[in-house]
Amino acid sequence: MSTQKTLFDKIWENHVVAENDDGTSLLYIDMHLTHEVTSWPGFESMRNSGRRLRRNDALLAVPDHVIPTIDQAGGIKDESSRVQFETLLKNCAEFDVPLIPLLDKRQGIVHIIGPEQGATQPGITMVCGDSHTATHGAFGCLAFGIGSSEVEHVLSTQTLVQKRPKNMRIAIDGELPLGVTGKDMILAIIGTIGTAGGTGHVIEYVGSAIRALSMEGRMTVCNMTIEGGARAGLIAPDETTLAYVKGRPLAPSDELWDAAVKYWRTLPSDPGATYDKEISLDANMIAPQVTWGTSPEDVVPIDGRVPDPAVAKDEKQRDAIQQALDYMGLTANQPIEDIKIDRAFIGSCTNGRIEDMRAAAEVAKGRKIAAGVSAMVVPGSGLVKAQAEAEGLDKILLEAGFEWREPGCSMCIAMNGDILKAGERCASTSNRNFKGRQGRDSRTHLVSPAMAAAAAIEGHFVDVRSLAS
Amino acid sequence: MKTFTTLSGPAAPLPMINVDTDQIIPKQYLSAISRAGLGKGLLHDFRYDSADKEKPDFILNREPYRDAKILLAGDNFGCGSSREHAPWSLDDFGIRCVIAPGFADIFFNNCVKNGVLLIVMEEAKVNELMALADNPQSCEMTVDLEAQSITVAAGSSVSFEIESFRKHRLMNGLDDIEITLQKDAEISAFEAKQKTTMPWLYRG
Repeated sequence: MSTQKTLFDKIWENHVVAENDDGTSLLYIDMHLTHEVTSWPGFESMRNSGRRLRRNDALLAVPDHVIPTIDQAGGIKDESSRVQFETLLKNCAEFDVPLIPLLDKRQGIVHIIGPEQGATQPGITMVCGDSHTATHGAFGCLAFGIGSSEVEHVLSTQTLVQKRPKNMRIAIDGELPLGVTGKDMILAIIGTIGTAGGTGHVIEYVGSAIRALSMEGRMTVCNMTIEGGARAGLIAPDETTLAYVKGRPLAPSDELWDAAVKYWRTLPSDPGATYDKEISLDANMIAPQVTWGTSPEDVVPIDGRVPDPAVAKDEKQRDAIQQALDYMGLTANQPIEDIKIDRAFIGSCTNGRIEDMRAAAEVAKGRKIAAGVSAMVVPGSGLVKAQAEAEGLDKILLEAGFEWREPGCSMCIAMNGDILKAGERCASTSNRNFKGRQGRDSRTHLVSPAMAAAAAIEGHFVDVRSLAS
Repeated sequence: MKTFTTLSGPAAPLPMINVDTDQIIPKQYLSAISRAGLGKGLLHDFRYDSADKEKPDFILNREPYRDAKILLAGDNFGCGSSREHAPWSLDDFGIRCVIAPGFADIFFNNCVKNGVLLIVMEEAKVNELMALADNPQSCEMTVDLEAQSITVAAGSSVSFEIESFRKHRLMNGLDDIEITLQKDAEISAFEAKQKTTMPWLYRG
């Protein structure tokens, strides 16, 4: 076996507590993020079984999925959601879990606040009962989503029993054209590998186009790794990473910072390390992307057309395309730019960061959203919101006719009342265009923040680069 | 956890690829703090119209598939959200075995934890089983985990592969947490060592 190790190999091997006879490993978990929807069974079970919480200094809780984005101070109206929210607060109090409360300025989507608070660090293992935990891999940590039983396993043991995934490498070299973002990059990747392309693997993203991305852009890429089937995405830490982490509340400081940096610099994959699967893409060839169907792999460039089921490779594929077209209310070969929208949603753990707010505001500046379109911008956290407001982005967006909301998961999962009506078509910066995801019989097209803002302004999809002033 | 040994009953075909966990159990079932009754929400939008009335044509709304014990699905079943409500709703409905060409990773792990057997089988074989399942006269199947076989109504059987650890866990209904807690000394030793090599991770 090769002695050259990948970034993934290094993190994995540094966290194996024990190798089990059956080929699984007991893996130590350094940081656990949690929220209201998937944590209650674990706390309930600990209470019933008398098991203790192993480490509360490696755990951080925040409510995000069910909270309103209007009048948060007025509380949660839906009773079931309110009980779930209050259960999180009670559990955190009972088990002495660090919690960022609802009206705290630091509150926000769990995958936005982890990095903001410095809980996300290179080289660590990190989990959360949410599939978009993949986001944190942007820092060069092994971060993946788990179910509620595994949440409980981590609460009680600070470990997980895992089968070692395989290594996959995706290289994106070249330079993204102006107006093309990390979102377009990851959508193009998923369009290439398919929604099961990364199953059983951890994907490491490498190449000059990845290096050129900000941490925000890298987080967007890693976030949607799960939509390509891989539970975790990874990007090796570099100067961009260190500059982001330094000075955050939970990040090491002083001599511990120096020690951490020394370790982090050993993490990048060794030259010659081998991968089980390798893919490469040319960043120069990536255009703004728009999904047309009900799976994130159903994606084409903005100058493309809705596909024709007649040219599908087999019957299952043909059925899948036809069902998607029926659901989406589209016809074969329709130009993407002809698709009119009713709503735009800018936010989520995929695209709710400051850079995303800036991109939307840049497009919105001096323009108005189209008649008949309603558009909302939901910053990913209170800190993103405050920063955006300090930069005057809220005013630009409000003047253009966008709503400016309070932070939360909002219409990405549509659990909090922010929901599409049946038949409504939305340009959304979120991560899933699944049937019913944003509301029963609603139609979601995944795009970048700039593309969502441009669609809101024009009333239909348009290449944001054609709007450039 | 419930053990899984054998399972007999109607198998329902769901010949669709990429059935995500939002479709298996949609968001309105996620805000409760209980697992009870989630079977009602299984494959909700396929089973009910927008007025919450049953769609009579959907497979699980027809006899004998209302009592389906086995689901035959397309590739990449269970992709998307990590919600464990997906296996909870399958189990609550009565389906404790899903057979497909492939499953998404998180859903796969969640099923093991809930005593739901996932069988990965090549597409051509799944298609053959789907063809049998499609006919109410031949949809009865028996899954025997120990023998790693699926016996169909006509009496013939097909074998399937499963990792030894998963088979062992399912057959014995093992509680992972209790097993791991027996390794408490090893976990503590790991922590003691990590406190010296990565001290910045200990804030307590």
